[in-house]
Amino acid sequence: MRDVGDRSTRFLWPILGLPAMVWIALFFLIPLYVVLCVSFGTVDPIFRSPVPIWNPLEWQFTQVQVVWDRLFGPDNFYLPAVLRTLLYVVIAVGACLLIAFPVAYFTARYAGKYKGLVLALLVAPFFISYMMRMLAWINLLQPDGLVNSIITLGGAIPLDINWLSGNPYTVVMGLIYGYVPYMLLPLFAALDRISPSLIEAARDLGASGFDLFRRVILPMSLPGIVAGTLLISLPMMGDYFTSDMLSKSPNTAMIGNLINLSIATPGQSGQAGALLILVLLVLLIPMILYTRSNARAEVRS
Amino acid sequence: MTVSAAPAEAILEESRGGRRRRVRGTSDARAYGLGFITAVYLLWALVPVAITVLFSFNEGRSRSTWQGFSLRWYTWDPTGSVLNDESIRNALSHTVLLAVLATIITVPLGVLFALALDRWRGRLPAGANFLALITFVIPEIALAIGLLFMVTYLATPFGLGTWAQVIGLVTFQLAYPIVICRARLLTIGAHYEEAARDLGASALGAVRRVILPMLFPAILVSAILVFADVLDDFVIVRYLSSDASTETTSMRIYQTARAAPTPALNAMATIILVVSALVIVLGWLAYRRWTRKQGESTDVSSLASTL
Repeated sequence: MRDVGDRSTRFLWPILGLPAMVWIALFFLIPLYVVLCVSFGTVDPIFRSPVPIWNPLEWQFTQVQVVWDRLFGPDNFYLPAVLRTLLYVVIAVGACLLIAFPVAYFTARYAGKYKGLVLALLVAPFFISYMMRMLAWINLLQPDGLVNSIITLGGAIPLDINWLSGNPYTVVMGLIYGYVPYMLLPLFAALDRISPSLIEAARDLGASGFDLFRRVILPMSLPGIVAGTLLISLPMMGDYFTSDMLSKSPNTAMIGNLINLSIATPGQSGQAGALLILVLLVLLIPMILYTRSNARAEVRS
Repeated sequence: MTVSAAPAEAILEESRGGRRRRVRGTSDARAYGLGFITAVYLLWALVPVAITVLFSFNEGRSRSTWQGFSLRWYTWDPTGSVLNDESIRNALSHTVLLAVLATIITVPLGVLFALALDRWRGRLPAGANFLALITFVIPEIALAIGLLFMVTYLATPFGLGTWAQVIGLVTFQLAYPIVICRARLLTIGAHYEEAARDLGASALGAVRRVILPMLFPAILVSAILVFADVLDDFVIVRYLSSDASTETTSMRIYQTARAAPTPALNAMATIILVVSALVIVLGWLAYRRWTRKQGESTDVSSLASTL
């Protein structure tokens, strides 16, 4: 009987898994392949429409060359946006860490009976649309908005700060505001796992507050820090809507804006694809790092 | 049991108290300091949204000067209100439609895949799992552009519009049920299923009648997460939309937020927020009911750590 069962299960599990695998092949792998074929394809000289080349052996590198020249060639007008993106992402991730760590630490250790409530409030921004949260800041930061009327004391001080057109501080603030919840949860999960008795033990052995932080809490929260950092920096690399909503100016354009603009421009789809491929190549290592850390966390739990 | 434990606890507490006394001052200060930071953070995170909701009830056209409470932008403004502006109504219904369709497809696909992964070892399932996790962290714009190019340059049986949007959303969300259900399956372990098999259940029967009910809370949580996340999606739905009929609320905010919109935009955003909140609260109640019935603990933090 056991044998019969085993023979049937040999096919049962693959059959259960098959639909999702077919889905991933059809709608994840094939689309990525099409991006490659368009980027390594040519452009119709009359209609300016991209002509994908399906055979990898015949791929041409003209589109990639164009993008490469714009990045590193003499006329490198893509480069500022790339450097700007890196700068924005580093500042935003750092700020997210600085904000999220004390908040997550408080929630995990000191919130006591309010833990559930605080956690629910921390999770709330997850379920509020990103666009609505950007809209909230547009409302606050518009020229006659609440922020300006507070700063100018209701118009008493003649200050005219333009927050919403090409102001890099606004865009970075928007990134922080938008992504910090995704940093908070993995950090909280890591900090919440640290047993209070361990902290007690460190204290008993004479650790000062700083020692405790540096030698116990920080190392033990490292998986959460890594997960949170990857979880927010990867999507930021493709973000174009934060800058579009809060600035609408090429002065704050990020890599995502370059890709989005190329998609919208006729004949530049191939270049958008090539730029996307370059970004994905750079992000490949952090992405694999994330799946690895995820798998390790699974084994641990 | 509590009777015998109480004195021991008291003694422990006393000995702790003695030691604590010298650090209590700094420890309390730290708790208050961190509490203050947390409170300021929560205000910063939530008050702007609350103000947006508030101004959806503004009597006038302004989104920054309060002119009195009114439902004008929800109901009675003849052209601009949510009720009377067909494009806003359409965006709302299309957003909810996408969320329903994507959830209905994503959750079964992901749950079955998680079940298969739990038992089927080998390179093929491991590779598929790796790809599913990559879809979770890959910038959304990559998935969106990939599908856009696929629809544009291959003769796919579906064009841009609702189905392309649903397909993109399902691909992007698939990792949620997979990750959450796998974590739950690991804690369930193999014993229950083995016991069921020993008692004569077929392999499929054991999964259907023993494992699936135990997995239900995880399925529910992933369904809620997928639904709420799809309501908020922007990049995929925008690249894969065909025309105004497949416009979602997030696209509408993106397109009109900088062009002097009326508070109707705030009203529309508020309605999606309420839908999202309703789904979460109802789902949470169902989750609590189910886990109580099963005699399991409902720990918010255990839920958060599965994220």
